[in-house]
Amino acid sequence: MSDEKFISIEGISRHFDAPGGGKTTVFEDVWFRIAKGEFVCMIGHSGCGKTTVLNILSGLDLPDGGVAIVDEKAIEGPSLDRAVIFQSHALLPWRTVLGNVAYAVSSKWRGWAKAKVEEHAKGFIEKVGLKGSEGKRPAQLSGGMKQRVGIARALSIEPKILLMDEPFSALDALTRGTLQDEVRRICLETGQTVFMITHDVDEAIYLADKIVLMTNGPEAMVAEIVENPLPKERDRNLIHKHPSYYAIRNHLIDFLVTRSKTFKSEVPADYDRRKPPVVRPQGQPQPVPPGEAGRKVA
Amino acid sequence: MRESNLGFRAGVVSIAILLIFGLAWHLAVSGTGQTQAMDPEYAKLMGQTATQGKSAMPGPIDVLKTIWGHLKEPFYDRGPNDKGIGIQLAYSIGRVLIGYTLAILVALPLGFVIGMSPLMSRALDPFIQVMKPVSPLAWMPLALYTIKDSSISSIFVIFICSLWPMLINTAFGVASVRKEWINVARTLEVGNLRRAFTVILPAAAPTIVTGMRISIGIAWLVIVAAEMLVGGTGIGYFVWNEWNNLSITNVITSILVIGLVGMLLDQALARVGRAVSFPE
Repeated sequence: MSDEKFISIEGISRHFDAPGGGKTTVFEDVWFRIAKGEFVCMIGHSGCGKTTVLNILSGLDLPDGGVAIVDEKAIEGPSLDRAVIFQSHALLPWRTVLGNVAYAVSSKWRGWAKAKVEEHAKGFIEKVGLKGSEGKRPAQLSGGMKQRVGIARALSIEPKILLMDEPFSALDALTRGTLQDEVRRICLETGQTVFMITHDVDEAIYLADKIVLMTNGPEAMVAEIVENPLPKERDRNLIHKHPSYYAIRNHLIDFLVTRSKTFKSEVPADYDRRKPPVVRPQGQPQPVPPGEAGRKVA
Repeated sequence: MRESNLGFRAGVVSIAILLIFGLAWHLAVSGTGQTQAMDPEYAKLMGQTATQGKSAMPGPIDVLKTIWGHLKEPFYDRGPNDKGIGIQLAYSIGRVLIGYTLAILVALPLGFVIGMSPLMSRALDPFIQVMKPVSPLAWMPLALYTIKDSSISSIFVIFICSLWPMLINTAFGVASVRKEWINVARTLEVGNLRRAFTVILPAAAPTIVTGMRISIGIAWLVIVAAEMLVGGTGIGYFVWNEWNNLSITNVITSILVIGLVGMLLDQALARVGRAVSFPE
């Protein structure tokens, strides 16, 4: 049963000092769970506290109330069990590609000899397709390659959870697509549990098993959790032909465009903060023009 | 290709400027002024200015001859008032390096503390702000009174003048290390000490070395003045001694030598700076 609530966010809240005194509540009493091996994306507008949720999961920030539990232990600070891929890649510019990944590896396994650390690090550099660039410094790499190093560094410590804060948002569309494919492949292979923040609806549909929708901040809340109706095996070039593709896509866009604003004023009577409603948009089996795709909310 | 061409042309212009300056200098001091007929006994008492109309200012050729003399024998020692320019320079460089090294030993750890702790940063700020603008030579009487040794006093003065730029730059460099690099170390559970050496020090190193470069420049400026005050040995004392000897050629030679050594010290720190810098 612990696999079902591998990550359990239980009533967390976070306040910041507002300019000119007083407090701004970013969010309050937020609950949701992530099962082991699940890929969960969080979608919401800027300022809804997505990054704050991720920082609390990483341990870089602590909630003012409530608790975040991972693998039956409350998060009290940063841990090597939870690796972060930063939006800005955050590579150490004075270290080489190998040096950056090896720094993480030697932090996790402090007793390892240098040769063993480097061999382990090289394995992950190869996994993200950067074999041959081990000796380069981050300044010599393109944006996509830098983020690959960030991914290799995060994966190299073999974390229980991978946390990603809009990892591909600074990349061009082509590079973004390639990296999404690679992250998806690696996570599927290793059964990695992933929590990722994104703005990009298509990215969420392609990658996620579940999508957590946050309403607009301040005082944001989890509106609902959307189950992705697409099969786990999906092909980037074919998913738009899946009967439920437009159902989920329209559902997400509809949320971002209107419901993220209006949800708070028309909260459903049976809404329970502890159990945000789970929906599974399903489409008609026959292909229909986009925009008119049937939408059935479970 | 273009770059080396520019370098070559700049070199030609530099040499031309040097030659024009040397020629102008030579012409300016070699002109014959008015001479008056005078009693030979009286003429012996007068300088060449009065008897031959020669300028009291040495020309470039006189200076070159003096430099050649010093180069032939830089390390001679004929008593306390007559030592070779090499010995005097060695004294000065030695004092600067000792005072400067002591300043590094204090400024770097203290700068780390100030940079990492907002409390200490605020608490020490008034002291630094008051002490920083004080001319290091103002410390000299206090140093002489308490230390009672002129040589160690000038080392203290070098220490105190090298301290501030290094301290301020270290504190600033440490405080402005990018938050995301610190977060990387935190998520990797890197301990405080290891974080200081593997993240903060390399990230702040370019700023720290810039402070060190400013400090060595100031220290070299100050040592000349300090040695003029305390006397005994050193290039500053040499300059003042030669002024008392009315040997303008030696004063001009010293100016050139002080400039050259200052440039070498600066270049050495610039080299260190390039070694620790990183492109982002």
